[in-house]
Amino acid sequence: MITVHRDGRLAVSGAAAALGLLIFLALLAPYVAPYGVDVIDLAQRRAGPSAQHWFGTDELGRDLLTRVLFGARVSLAIGLVSAALSAAIGVTVGALAGYAGGATDAVLMRGTDAMLSVPRLPLLMIAAAVLTPGVPLLIVLVGAAGWMETSRVVRAEVQSVKTRDFVVAARALGGSAPRVLVRHVLPGVLPTAAVSLTLAVGRGILLESALSFFGVGVQPPAASWGNMLYQAQTTMTSEPWLAVVPGAFIFVTVLCCNMIGDARFGRRALAS
Amino acid sequence: MVSFASRRAMQVVPLLFIVSLLVFALIHAAPGGPLSLYLDNPNVRPQDIERLRRQMGLDRPLAAQYLAWLRAFVVGDWGYSYTDGRPVMDRLLERVPATLQLVGISSLVAVLVATIVALVSSTRRGVDRVATFGAVAGISLPVFWLGLVLQLVFANALGWLPSSGRSTFGGAGALDRLAHLVLPAAVLAVAHAAAWSRYLRSSMRQALREPFIMGARSRGVSERRIVTRHALRNALLPFVTVVLLDASMMASGAVVTESVFAWPGVGGLFTEALAKRDYTVLMAFLMCGSVAVAVLNLVADIVVHALDPRTRGET
Repeated sequence: MITVHRDGRLAVSGAAAALGLLIFLALLAPYVAPYGVDVIDLAQRRAGPSAQHWFGTDELGRDLLTRVLFGARVSLAIGLVSAALSAAIGVTVGALAGYAGGATDAVLMRGTDAMLSVPRLPLLMIAAAVLTPGVPLLIVLVGAAGWMETSRVVRAEVQSVKTRDFVVAARALGGSAPRVLVRHVLPGVLPTAAVSLTLAVGRGILLESALSFFGVGVQPPAASWGNMLYQAQTTMTSEPWLAVVPGAFIFVTVLCCNMIGDARFGRRALAS
Repeated sequence: MVSFASRRAMQVVPLLFIVSLLVFALIHAAPGGPLSLYLDNPNVRPQDIERLRRQMGLDRPLAAQYLAWLRAFVVGDWGYSYTDGRPVMDRLLERVPATLQLVGISSLVAVLVATIVALVSSTRRGVDRVATFGAVAGISLPVFWLGLVLQLVFANALGWLPSSGRSTFGGAGALDRLAHLVLPAAVLAVAHAAAWSRYLRSSMRQALREPFIMGARSRGVSERRIVTRHALRNALLPFVTVVLLDASMMASGAVVTESVFAWPGVGGLFTEALAKRDYTVLMAFLMCGSVAVAVLNLVADIVVHALDPRTRGET
């Protein structure tokens, strides 16, 4: 048991470090990127990976490494902020449903069930096609599509925490419902919420990339990993690196998020 | 049993009612509403749009439109496709066999892989570590990227398998159709095999900790038999539930896979309709997808209720 635990921790530290490094590089993209984001070099069009251009160049001779770093800003921002939004909605809905019970619970949970039964990606694709969103609206859409899982687990947690003695005591001492919920119940639910937040980051990045891959997400000239893949699709056989590299970044980033979330979930399961 | 089933089925009605409101609201949130396609077309005169608007009842109050649409949808009148004028139901139905084939085969593969991986990794720690990492990786893979990479490797570089479509134009032997199925089915199966193996593994571990396992061990039952008979049987029920629930979401995943591999299924129809803003098709797709999820949810609940006496005390 102990060895598994320690191994898991090592892998998780690695994942966290990789994710941190990526966020760091994305933030500093204008300073660390080897070229300007829109610098066109027609002499170096469609060049394969080389010492000057580690990941090659695209059809306008733009450096792919640079574009991947700038794309990371958009993709990571959408993943992180939409996950925070999902967590905020999910915790609110779940906490209200779990704490209030009765009719409130029934209404909120039927709404959650309804949202869960609509196929998520097609729903988002239609919404994005209809609203042609910029990045902020895209964040709202992805966030609004991802809160249901969080609200379910938070509701279950709240239901079990609210029967504990310290909560009953707080109520007996005359604590008002909002105060008891916020001060006594919610802190106990935070670890669960944190896990689903981590998992939601990965899901948000995947959703953004899928939307952009179908041309209804982030619109060019802005680069995101998803729309780089969308553009690379047509020239995939002649310039495979244009498709392989951005996708690999999506994969590794989502993998890191999931490993962190998964390990924290596992540790909680062990503790309880 | 029957009363449970009917009570549970009654819950589906309000759920689908909420879904229908959501779907309807979404389509009508479009600037220009369902007619936005025509608004952008310079060849369509304003009076034509006005005529279409009246013809399609779009000049009536939203609530009346919604009720009319819902009533028509329930009796199977799903309207006509904006792109080719054919009934939406016909367009959807003709695509269903291809999707069922793809989803069916890949579910089967995913269940097989998940079961084998879970059985081995619930008893061997070394395998378990690798399998856990593999499963997390499988869940993290962007489906469309996996599809593109597999196309690059197996279709373009190696030339072993066809990259897209359901059969070669003209020739259509069984082997040819099978070759076309391999890549899309594999792509669709990966994420599900990963998720399901994790799920079955953890319920296996839980089952292996139960007292009756110790009882079986003390009676001298072989370890192999304990795993495959005693533990697996008890772990199988929650697994079946999850598979049923997820298989319905596969339709959603099929949208991506089918469009990458040009598979002529419902998901491919969806992306075509999306590109052309064919709202009647899109609405019908979302409604059918939701109904499928709700119905499979229902089936899963009833199956569990019927098979597991422990759940009958509740409800």
